[in-house]
Amino acid sequence: MRVTFTVNGRRHEADDVWEGESLLYVLRERMGLPGSKNACEQGECGSCTVRLDGESVCACLVAAGQVEGRDVVTVEGLADYARQRTDAPASTSAASSPASAPVPASTSAADEQRWQAMPSPDADVRLSPVQQAFIDAGAVQCGFCTPGLLVAADELIEHNARPSDADIREALSGNLCRCTGYEKILDAVRLAAARTDHAEGSAPGPGAGPTQGEVV
Amino acid sequence: MAGANPTRVPTALTQGSATKGGIGESTLRPDGTLKVTGEFAYASDLWHEDMLWGCTLRSPYSHAEIRSVDVSEALKLPGVYSVMTHDDLPAKTHFGLEIQDQPVLAKDRVRYHGEAVAIVAADHPETARRAAAKIRVDYAELPPVHDEESATAPDAPVLHPGRDDHHAPHVTHPNIVHRQPIVRGDVAAAKAKADVVVRGDYEVGMQDQAFLGPESGLAVPAEDGGVDLYIATQWLHVDRDQLAPVLGLPQDKVRLTLSGVGGAFGAREDLSMQAHACLLAMATGKPVKIVYNRYESFFGHVHRHPAKLTYEHGADSDGKLLYVKCRILLDGGAYASSSPAVVGNAASLGVGPYDVDNVDVEALALYTNNPPCGAMRGFGAVQACFAYEAQMDRLAAELGMDPVELRQRNAMSQGSLLPTGQQVDAPAPVAEILRRVKAMPMPPERQWETSGAAGSGTGVDVRALPGGLSNTTHGEGVVRGVGYAVGIKNVGFSEGFDDYSTARVRLEVMGGEPVAVVHTAMAEVGQGGVTVHAQIARTELGVSGVSILPADTQVGSAGSTSASRQTYMTGGAVKQACEAVRERVLRLGREKFADGHPAWASGGELLLEGGKIVTEGGEVLAALADVLGDEAVEEELEFRHRPTEPFDLKTGQGFGHVQYSFAAHRAVVEVDTELGLVKVVELACAQDVGKAINPLSTIGQIQGGTTQGLGLAVMEEILVDPGGKVRNPSFTDYLIPTILDTPTIPVDVLELADAHAPYGLRGVGEAPTLSSTPAVVAAIRDATGLALNRVPVRPEHLTDTQAI
Repeated sequence: MRVTFTVNGRRHEADDVWEGESLLYVLRERMGLPGSKNACEQGECGSCTVRLDGESVCACLVAAGQVEGRDVVTVEGLADYARQRTDAPASTSAASSPASAPVPASTSAADEQRWQAMPSPDADVRLSPVQQAFIDAGAVQCGFCTPGLLVAADELIEHNARPSDADIREALSGNLCRCTGYEKILDAVRLAAARTDHAEGSAPGPGAGPTQGEVV
Repeated sequence: MAGANPTRVPTALTQGSATKGGIGESTLRPDGTLKVTGEFAYASDLWHEDMLWGCTLRSPYSHAEIRSVDVSEALKLPGVYSVMTHDDLPAKTHFGLEIQDQPVLAKDRVRYHGEAVAIVAADHPETARRAAAKIRVDYAELPPVHDEESATAPDAPVLHPGRDDHHAPHVTHPNIVHRQPIVRGDVAAAKAKADVVVRGDYEVGMQDQAFLGPESGLAVPAEDGGVDLYIATQWLHVDRDQLAPVLGLPQDKVRLTLSGVGGAFGAREDLSMQAHACLLAMATGKPVKIVYNRYESFFGHVHRHPAKLTYEHGADSDGKLLYVKCRILLDGGAYASSSPAVVGNAASLGVGPYDVDNVDVEALALYTNNPPCGAMRGFGAVQACFAYEAQMDRLAAELGMDPVELRQRNAMSQGSLLPTGQQVDAPAPVAEILRRVKAMPMPPERQWETSGAAGSGTGVDVRALPGGLSNTTHGEGVVRGVGYAVGIKNVGFSEGFDDYSTARVRLEVMGGEPVAVVHTAMAEVGQGGVTVHAQIARTELGVSGVSILPADTQVGSAGSTSASRQTYMTGGAVKQACEAVRERVLRLGREKFADGHPAWASGGELLLEGGKIVTEGGEVLAALADVLGDEAVEEELEFRHRPTEPFDLKTGQGFGHVQYSFAAHRAVVEVDTELGLVKVVELACAQDVGKAINPLSTIGQIQGGTTQGLGLAVMEEILVDPGGKVRNPSFTDYLIPTILDTPTIPVDVLELADAHAPYGLRGVGEAPTLSSTPAVVAAIRDATGLALNRVPVRPEHLTDTQAI
């Protein structure tokens, strides 16, 4: 069968797709987008997480036919996706949905400074805040889980500009990492949230976020 | 015949813009940007025009005779290019790291569930799988051996009849791979003086490395009749050395290039799909890619040895250890893999980082029809650490002594003698790391209690309780416990192995700037070796631009990325090659500019800094770019650590290890005693790393290792039934810690230099995996009062619904 859908803002057609083929296979093997990873192919590890019409899904569990006419964002399109979100007017931006929690973000501007000891090695590559934060915080080791974590973390920050540690753990609980022990992934998401929040200059306001203090 | 390079290939890493970034700094990874944008080419991402997909048919039985194999139906399927069995192998039929006992494809007999029997190449992965399913194999099941009793019975089926390996003459039964005793002092006399004696039987389940990137590679047949293999591995050269005889090719026609590796942890030391992909590529004349799915990955690599351990400790009333007697039984599974070396480690490190004059240790590994076991992070020291640390807690309880105090009273230090008689000739801050980990602030009590909503007093955040969002408790029945553990791990290859690494370093001018080009065969498996090599080159050659070439077999062996050895060994090789380059550059400078400044001839030390040659006083003599001109200065050198020697086969005495690494943990857990659910609240670590070449990566390694130990403590186990069948080969059923299972991991890093090592560094990666497991279990014991002699600890062990 033929499947037509949008990937990272571009319309794509895939021909001769088998009925059993997953979105992951079509992205990786037919479209040459290997960023989404094939670590378990049964929805347990989150390495192939992509956005499907804005929702985070495991691409390995989505049949290719299900994406007909729909919109997919992979890690390869994450920087553009984040940029468009930032550039869009606040009233229509997805980032404006649930408002910030009334508790302070767990990474302050002062905390942010300590991550900037080293200059970015690739100043010419434009990355989304969450991508840059993963590099800066040392959250990338083997990196196989990284694309899926980035997509999931980006969605978290989109909906919750000031996630608590418990929020981050909850949001990323479907993404396995075997190298890092997750501590630096937490650092990275806190950092990305702080940078995004500070960059947008939003003041803390009332919202539906957690009211309790930090828990781990 | 295909010959061109694949379209998607491993990438050279260049980091040129940073002006700093020498050793001791938290330099960022040169592959970081590629990895966060999805551009980094992992082995499973490789692609070649016209490539085929390979697939493996595996045995459904743990022990069976193969009566016949019929591939005719598989070959009829459109899109199938080749089906191969043992009968189609062109040359050598077996491989193995130390003992070549593993068939490339099973002949006549399968010895474990999941053993490779046949391979297929087809134009679509699904076609390959369907073809493999059409292969008819006629098996006749044989009785399996699955434990010591069944393996060493006089009439037990012999797994490898006619063994002729060098361990065979020294074992009491042919189903014992290797046995290493260590005898020192007089245990009987010491026992007579002991005021307190504690005994215990312990068990460690079969842990899996569970790296995220599955086994993958792409084999491309070459014009010269050879093969180019792009592969995720831990040691390119040892793969090549095993592959060439299997393919019937000379070594120089089997060229390996490292492609992106998604974690390793020991599981990529043995061959998995390497030979299969190359054989299919040579048979079809086309590039062949094999990517395991997760299910196959569980059968495609060796696991951590499950172990049964028996310990007896005796001490005087002050807590001074008088003797330790132990037996460590490791299940090696169907093939030897690295079991002999694991036995050596388990024996020599079996009493832990303690001073004991009288020891009687026996470690051995069995051949069984269980999955083959081999290298995994901690390599034989993990199993022992779980048992000896449980013993230390028992002894402390018996003596009414603080468990940390007891450990500190017996802690080894620089100058101590190991049970092998080897003197520890570098800092061994065992008591200090225990002190530090104990001194860390405790996490607040009852963190799950919150200030609550609408001023109505105390609320509860169920996310922080055992069971988390399953909402199983609101705090009732939750008790807290605290536990400590410390461990000792050797660094580098031991027992007389010729352990070396090679580095080629070139200094040349590119775009007007001096750039160091570093070429090694080191497998970057995620640990950050590429970052460290760039840091060393910057420090030694005073340049900012460093290019790290892809690792391949066109340069000498770097040895394995294992045994916590790569920063020591290949880092040492890069350092040494840089020093040789520096000497030649200085000579070149003297030849060109000697007349310009008296310092060239004065005999004082000249340095390379900021792209220039400078005097010790900081006076600039020349720019490197001017010294080099069009010339490239290149050196290739091998680096060796000091020699070691094998352990005596009867007494275990010998200078067997190069270096030691020490880590201590404090675990704080909360247990829902009604449901047996455990929440690890915090897992603090203190470790001596000698010198943190890259502090950010160092801490990342310690936290990652700690988390794998946590996994072994409370969830990770490959379940094998008595018939040898694997019951849980998936991430649905084999559980590794998620971000919800993993607590905060504060790390306290000590840097006490080891005078024998480059920059004084110590291998980092493995030690935290050792002590994390017993610390967590000690904390659960503290919370529950249960004995808990087996890991992983499961809910049924805590609720008395299954006795252990």
